[in-house]
Amino acid sequence: MLSNALRCLRPSTCTLALTRQLTHHRPHMGPVETTIRTKLAQALKPEHLEVMNESHMHAVPAGSESHFRVLVVSPQFEGLSLLQRHRLVNETLREELSSCVHALAIQAKTPQQWSSNPSLAKSPPCMGGSKHDNTMAEKLKAGQD
Amino acid sequence: MNSIIRSTARCLRAGAWQYRTAQNNGELLSGWARLMCSSSAAQKTLEEMVKKDKVVVFIKGTPAQPMCGFSNAVVQILRMHGVDNYAAYNVLDDQDIREGIKTFSNWPTIPQVFFNGEFVGGCDILLQMHQSGDLVEELQKLGIRSALSDQEKESK
Repeated sequence: MLSNALRCLRPSTCTLALTRQLTHHRPHMGPVETTIRTKLAQALKPEHLEVMNESHMHAVPAGSESHFRVLVVSPQFEGLSLLQRHRLVNETLREELSSCVHALAIQAKTPQQWSSNPSLAKSPPCMGGSKHDNTMAEKLKAGQD
Repeated sequence: MNSIIRSTARCLRAGAWQYRTAQNNGELLSGWARLMCSSSAAQKTLEEMVKKDKVVVFIKGTPAQPMCGFSNAVVQILRMHGVDNYAAYNVLDDQDIREGIKTFSNWPTIPQVFFNGEFVGGCDILLQMHQSGDLVEELQKLGIRSALSDQEKESK
């Protein structure tokens, strides 16, 4: 009976751990991250939203706001293809993407998809592309202005 | 009668002003026209590029040496599916292609994947298609047999 009880507990503790991971990662939120959150919240009315500044994983100076990963769970994605969903997100963040945001990884799920698989994808390791990118300096400057 | 003369005069004056402006800004205007021509030429070239091969990707670096984790993910996924005959354009080599392709597909980032001349998406979409099994189906539609298609059948 005890083992049954433990088995029942396990999935929810996993979810808790995942949720803790999702909400714990909140170092100082920069202005670009704040804008991204606000715009996505207003445009897509998400049930769940995660915005992660992944710039520290890339070949850019510390404190940059150039590389982001977003997870948006919204009923507005119902019936939309992946491409349509991602275009919605891109459109919402058009200004940021044409200035300081160099990379945007997107997960766009419906509430049902999220509840059946509440997992956050991970970005692949950087291969130093930004180091060889002579347009990065402009983008980073745009982020600082 | 007078009002007709007055409005004609107004039109002529406006026309003259435009003509003078065009002359003064002659250089500027023809420069702008050149830019528009070259960008529409560039868009036409890109259209040809994406249609020339069944699978076309715009990445940072090359399939042998990707220069970006997201571009590398696209290369690795295609490799997993045994797709080795595709066109890969290195945007780091050509700033015009890099900016042009973003305008062409109305998509702000690299990498970009095209199947049969149609924009499919970036790294995230290709990855999700791979994970869901949709990529095997899409490749099949292109007449490409995925190396993972047998695995797909077995799992079904």
